[in-house]
Amino acid sequence: MRPRRLGDIIFRAGTLGLALSVLAITGTVAAVLLLQSRLAREAFGWSFLWTSTWDPVALRFGALPFIDGTLMTTFLALALAVPVGLGAAVCLAELLPLRVADGLTFLIELLVAVPSVVYGLVGVFVLVPAMRSVETAVQNALGFIPLFSGPIYGVGLLTASVLLAVMVVPFIIAVSREVLLAVPQTQREAALALGATRWEMVRHVVLPYARSGILGSIFLALARALGETMAVTMVIGNRPEISASLFAPAYTMAAVLANEFTEATDDVYLAALVEIGLVLFAITLVVNAIARLLIGRVQRSPSAAA
Amino acid sequence: MAAAIDIALPRPSSTPGTEAAAPVKIVVRDLTVRYGDTVALDAVSMDIPSHRVTALIGPSGCGKSSFLRCLNRMNDHIPAARIEGQVMIDDDPLYHPAVDPVALRRRVGMVFQKSNPFPKSIFDNVAFGPRVHGVRDAVQLRGIVERTLRQAALWDEVADRLERSALELSGGQQQRLCIARALAVDPEILLMDEPASALDPIATAKIEELIHELKSAYTIVIVTHNMQQAARVSDLTAYFYLGRLIEFGPTERLFTNPTRQETEDYITGRFG
Amino acid sequence: MTPIPGSYRRRRIVEGVMFTAAGLATATSVGVLLFLLGYIAVHGVAALSLSFFTNLPAPVGEPGGGMANAIVGSAKILLVAALVGVPIGFLGGVYLAEYGRGSVAFWVRYAADVLNGVPSIVIGITVYALLVRPLGHFSTFAGGVALGLMMIPVALRATEEFLRLVPDSLREAALALGAPTWVTIMRVVIPAGIRGIVTGLLLALARVAGETAPLLFTALNNRFWSPGWRAPTASLPVMIFTYAIAPYDDWHRQAWAGGLVLLMLVLGLNVLARVLMRGGAVRSAG
Repeated sequence: MRPRRLGDIIFRAGTLGLALSVLAITGTVAAVLLLQSRLAREAFGWSFLWTSTWDPVALRFGALPFIDGTLMTTFLALALAVPVGLGAAVCLAELLPLRVADGLTFLIELLVAVPSVVYGLVGVFVLVPAMRSVETAVQNALGFIPLFSGPIYGVGLLTASVLLAVMVVPFIIAVSREVLLAVPQTQREAALALGATRWEMVRHVVLPYARSGILGSIFLALARALGETMAVTMVIGNRPEISASLFAPAYTMAAVLANEFTEATDDVYLAALVEIGLVLFAITLVVNAIARLLIGRVQRSPSAAA
Repeated sequence: MAAAIDIALPRPSSTPGTEAAAPVKIVVRDLTVRYGDTVALDAVSMDIPSHRVTALIGPSGCGKSSFLRCLNRMNDHIPAARIEGQVMIDDDPLYHPAVDPVALRRRVGMVFQKSNPFPKSIFDNVAFGPRVHGVRDAVQLRGIVERTLRQAALWDEVADRLERSALELSGGQQQRLCIARALAVDPEILLMDEPASALDPIATAKIEELIHELKSAYTIVIVTHNMQQAARVSDLTAYFYLGRLIEFGPTERLFTNPTRQETEDYITGRFG
Repeated sequence: MTPIPGSYRRRRIVEGVMFTAAGLATATSVGVLLFLLGYIAVHGVAALSLSFFTNLPAPVGEPGGGMANAIVGSAKILLVAALVGVPIGFLGGVYLAEYGRGSVAFWVRYAADVLNGVPSIVIGITVYALLVRPLGHFSTFAGGVALGLMMIPVALRATEEFLRLVPDSLREAALALGAPTWVTIMRVVIPAGIRGIVTGLLLALARVAGETAPLLFTALNNRFWSPGWRAPTASLPVMIFTYAIAPYDDWHRQAWAGGLVLLMLVLGLNVLARVLMRGGAVRSAG
């Protein structure tokens, strides 16, 4: 062991200290959320999660509309984004020549970097009017179904879901393509040599092999969608009510935080908002952990029983 | 074209002169393969007889693997590859617009250098080929799986754990599984690209024994860099060098009394 | 010539349909990108003018307003963010790469992953509780800290990854010449990995440059210049948001201009980072 010099000791201690500060910071985030929400947690208990009153005047708060809105928009967004994203990833990984695919992937990865507020801008001025027309047409044809009932504003649950889907697709494409490219070429050759068509090879060999990684990418996309604030709040209508219709305005956890945090004059009001932040934090924590687990499995080895 | 007598002679096949008597299964004429500017195969012509083992030997990069991959059109999947010449199986040309490679690969199976079982169960691995080609009946599939695993001398070792993952098997077992998987689509020809190069001597011996048993039912073309293996296992041997077919003939003759000097140099280990 | 049996035809048709669908998905995705960029370019360029860059926001109804204060405000916030995020992320990453082998390193990495996954608005809440409420006012400083915290995980991971790529032979050579460990790291290892690290830092900066949510209750907004670091300040993303949801056409136009500028900034940083990466990769592969 080399004799420790002063310079080494200081350097190591310094870098260690800064590394440990990351632990401290993350811990602080959790601590702040817990402490600042205490008032609300004590006042409302667990029923906070399934009460749907949100009344800042009477100081009665329940997070259900926001939890519902968050889950609905995210679920719908993924339902739209996953097929498109996976399809494009397959095309970019298996079909297109490498140079072309690399170029297109580069462009798509730029989409991942576009700020939320810019998506929101296009959402407000392009998507909302377009959705208004589409929703009107759908309601004319199928308005008897509760899903398509109610007044049409353009902003609403469906519009926010569509915008969220657009935001999440490039992410799914980028990560899924990486996962697909990591499937060994020998697996593809084995399938082709047995007389499979390229599609059968993709469907029965490549996709199952990459299944964990692709699931992981979906969970990562889910985590991103859960935290999306600006674009969603610009097109969702910001109304804390649960409705049966996809066309109705709604609210998400992130959106209510963005809109009402600075308005919260009362301590309990603020604590209720922080508690929503706590719930959001907890959900994203779990989703990210699942994603990590799935992607970690890919890096070790493919699942033994596919 | 060599005259072919329509009698498939039973083994053994090292008696000189009987090789020309086996019917020809694969006819190759002026086969040239280019990858970009590199010529991997230069106007190779060969008649590969049916129900025999033909070995392709030669130093690395001599084109033997490229040749093998032409026989089931696996080269189609290399973008830079350009192929000229003709390959015919039972007088059916392979490189013809109306030929669907997917259908071709039912007739010509392939086993790779490093075993590549799918991360599925043993059963699903073997059943993959038949399923893809439309066999749905569970009884039929089970029959195929058992038959081919027996053919690959693997049945006794895995019969009680067909549902377990193929990745749990040893290297040698995995390779035999890949052979069973290839046989499951009932091909006429089996191509083997250095099938035992990643295996220990005992596993290698098992594979060689397998090849010996299989040739009565299939036509086998095997690429190997191991000359002793070629000598043990094959009836005919083709020596490739730098993309050209230098010599092709009965194994025993080629190894003991080669016609060409280049062949003799390779065999005696003067290079490669 | 054996004709293709019917079953093969059906399988080929299925293949054609599925791959066409995949191609459509790709075309749609690329199409959305081009549409997005094009739309913003058209509307943004139409609204851009010199006054956009030089003027303060004008009262509603008055023409000639601009976002000068927002641009400067964003620059100040990003400066603070870099001052917070880069040292912790970079030097923390140095620790992980050069010294970190035990459970401490494991937990630091885990914490960074968690921090990375925290929604940006929650980061805003945390900084609000720590730097705004106790001090009684919103500030540029608080906004910068919020963004800086978000930079840390990206900078940390990039630094560790690229330092690990530096071959041990370099370290051993320097140590064998008698250099102390810390000099080896500073003078040999870090310079060897600097290209990737700078790329990572650029990407971290690009990521936070577009963030709006954490600024909403840390830096807040300001219709005038914000002196120093302890007053609330306008920032480009927050201005865009405020103007976009307001009912005034003139403000909408300015929002487009702002959106274009922000987009160019963020994409520019991203492209710069990638070009930097590729340049290095090409060189080292040769």
